[in-house]
Amino acid sequence: MSERIPILRIGDTLIVSVQFDLEDQTVLNLQEDLADQIVARSATGVIIDIGALEIVDSFVGRMLATVASISRVLDARTVVVGMRPAVAITLVELGLSLGGVSTALDLEKGLAKLNRAASSGLQ
Amino acid sequence: MTAPWTAGEEPRVYPIARSGDLVHIRQAIRTLSQECRLSLVDQTKMITAASELARNTLIYGGGGTVRAGTVSRGGKRGVAAIFEDSGPGIPDVEQAMTDGWTSGGGLGLGLSGARRLVDDFDLNTVPGEGTVVTIIKWVR
Amino acid sequence: MVKRDSAVDLVGILSVEDKDLASSWIREVSGTLGSRVGKAELDRELRELYEALVEALRQGATDVHAEQMSEVRALLTELSRNRARQGFSPSETAISVFALKRVLEPLLEDGSAEVVRAYLQLGRILDGLGLFTIETYTQTRDELISAQAEQLLELSTPVVRLWDGVIAVPLVGTLDSARTQVVMEKLLQALVDTGSEQAIIDITGVPAVDTQVAQHLLKTIVAARLMGAECTVSGISPQIAQTIVALGIEFDGIVTKASLADALKLALRRSGVDLVAHQGGQR
Repeated sequence: MSERIPILRIGDTLIVSVQFDLEDQTVLNLQEDLADQIVARSATGVIIDIGALEIVDSFVGRMLATVASISRVLDARTVVVGMRPAVAITLVELGLSLGGVSTALDLEKGLAKLNRAASSGLQ
Repeated sequence: MTAPWTAGEEPRVYPIARSGDLVHIRQAIRTLSQECRLSLVDQTKMITAASELARNTLIYGGGGTVRAGTVSRGGKRGVAAIFEDSGPGIPDVEQAMTDGWTSGGGLGLGLSGARRLVDDFDLNTVPGEGTVVTIIKWVR
Repeated sequence: MVKRDSAVDLVGILSVEDKDLASSWIREVSGTLGSRVGKAELDRELRELYEALVEALRQGATDVHAEQMSEVRALLTELSRNRARQGFSPSETAISVFALKRVLEPLLEDGSAEVVRAYLQLGRILDGLGLFTIETYTQTRDELISAQAEQLLELSTPVVRLWDGVIAVPLVGTLDSARTQVVMEKLLQALVDTGSEQAIIDITGVPAVDTQVAQHLLKTIVAARLMGAECTVSGISPQIAQTIVALGIEFDGIVTKASLADALKLALRRSGVDLVAHQGGQR
């Protein structure tokens, strides 16, 4: 049994806070769990907080991009928040620009971004 | 290329046998980089490169080892890691070093990306015998 | 005590026509320096040096490193440092010492063998002093350069807050790869520290960029986006625009504005601030 990261829910939004360096299997579990939860809880938004992560390699980067794509298919939006400057510089150098992923500086701004997107969607 | 290990400081050997080992290797490289006083960005680049290469060793090389330690050359200090496996080797190195090319369903950024993140990069591979990748990040 | 004797001879050469020699030395030097050093200042410097030199020789100094020369060395150090700071060349600085040799040349014309010997010995001492001057000059120059380089790096990385949630880096001067990297890391950190979602990189003051610098700018913009912030580049000069196109650098998806003011307007609009111009304005 490998570890699973708890997924919180506030309203229509799922929130995941990654607090420690993840094993590859845990990363894959998270991707699966999120897909399940978006459907089970009919969530419209997902926030993944990676502010505590000191490195993001291509494996985690790919998971972030995949979750963003999966959520789009399931009519939800994903916002990745809190990426550190050193991590961002490294990811760009690595060649990973996470094209389709929305980002925000912190959790609060991430929530605001989801709300803005939701209200503009209604109009 | 053999790394110019700092005299009196033996590099340590870590196994790469299962995916949980990657976490330990990242931790070990982080400790080394901090001791060496790499800048925060350089630490992050070195750890990320090590993570990519360790995963390559595991997935494509069928497991192996990494030797990591501090290095010195001409008054400069740095952190080095040597990834070694006795897997199938890489038949076409040039192709493997190309962004986006992958044989294992990854993003194809492992080798080429890791090379961009470090100062010294050396790849030595013999088809059928294995692959050795050496990376070094120098303190600026 | 042969040494003692020759020392007296050296002093003798310098003291024969005491006033005259120092004066013609000053004349000789001021001729080469022009008006860039004040007459009075030069007069004081060289007279002090002259007296110190005579005194050192009287005490039996035989070369520049002798203990008796410490006063001379101190004066020369001060002189070289001043010249270096004022922007004189090394030869303009060393000429102050070497000119003394030329001033003494007339003595040789009908001088005895003794005088010639003394002149040569003094010449060697003056050569030593001249080299010492150049060394001190170079040292001072090196110190100046490294101090300036440090200042430049500090000066060149101001991240300023223009508005709530809008920061800017006005870049000035030629960018090299190392400096660009420093500035960009600082900009990204400032995004976190100030919680800003808008960043403006103003390159009005940058005369030219090369491929590497342009790549660094691009990477920073992508990195900022990964962190959840948007970057605008303002003040791209026509030359830089041509370089970017000529080098084939992909600037797609990068927002550019002609001026910092336009970039600020855009940043404010993006952060939801409405700008309203009141009719008639308020005085």
